[in-house]
Amino acid sequence: MPVSVFYDASTRTVLAELSGDIDHCTARGLRTPVDEEILKHLPLRLILDFEKVGFMDSSGIGLIIGRYKLMNDLGGSIIAVNPSPEVRKVMDLAGVGRLCSIIYQKHRSFVGGIKL
Amino acid sequence: MKESSLNEMTVQFPSLSENERFARLAVSGFISSLDPALDELSEIKTAVSEAVTNCIVHAYRDTVGIISMQVRILEGMRVYIRIRDKGCGIPDVAQARTPLFTTAPDEERAGLGFAIMESFTDRLRVTSREGKGTTVTMLRTLRTRKPADGEV
Repeated sequence: MPVSVFYDASTRTVLAELSGDIDHCTARGLRTPVDEEILKHLPLRLILDFEKVGFMDSSGIGLIIGRYKLMNDLGGSIIAVNPSPEVRKVMDLAGVGRLCSIIYQKHRSFVGGIKL
Repeated sequence: MKESSLNEMTVQFPSLSENERFARLAVSGFISSLDPALDELSEIKTAVSEAVTNCIVHAYRDTVGIISMQVRILEGMRVYIRIRDKGCGIPDVAQARTPLFTTAPDEERAGLGFAIMESFTDRLRVTSREGKGTTVTMLRTLRTRKPADGEV
């Protein structure tokens, strides 16, 4: 599966581990399970984990913006975790940092993506 | 006058979304003899992905057509890429190249395709005729990593 989605009730956080290539072809398959989980639990925070993403083009930016809008409508926020330097470059070009924090953490957890 | 290539390939494939990946892999395989750095390879793949996605999402919007991709290796570690479709064409190229402009916001298109192609290449040229198609050409000079004696 190109995406694994988890929910943590104690922190009201959905964590989505994305993997593989994010392009126009794969974007729909990635966003559907994430949106389903969000609409099921109405979380306060969405963590998008990019550690296993090898390639991303502007379709990934559309994916982030779309989830940002959805979480914003719910009064929540999103965090992007561990993008590779190549993926980060596309994020920076699009100004993704204005929509969400981009953080690097070896052991991320549900709490703000940071291991406590 | 057309500059002669050290190596050249042309591939044609239908505008199916799974061919975005194929196009990236084809380009990266073809230019691997130049031993590009990881960041250069990744940027070229991203630019190609954007151009091919445009053909699929916009040029051949409700249909499937042929995308032609030519890659040429030129003197001086230069990579020339031409991606051409015979789709609907772009009525206003300048507007289409404006960052964040998109005709498909409902499909979560960010409107950054041309901006990314522009940033990740040294030169981007877009020519289009409505009803005839669009041609995107990109030129990118790679860094010389291992200057070998007597080798071009």
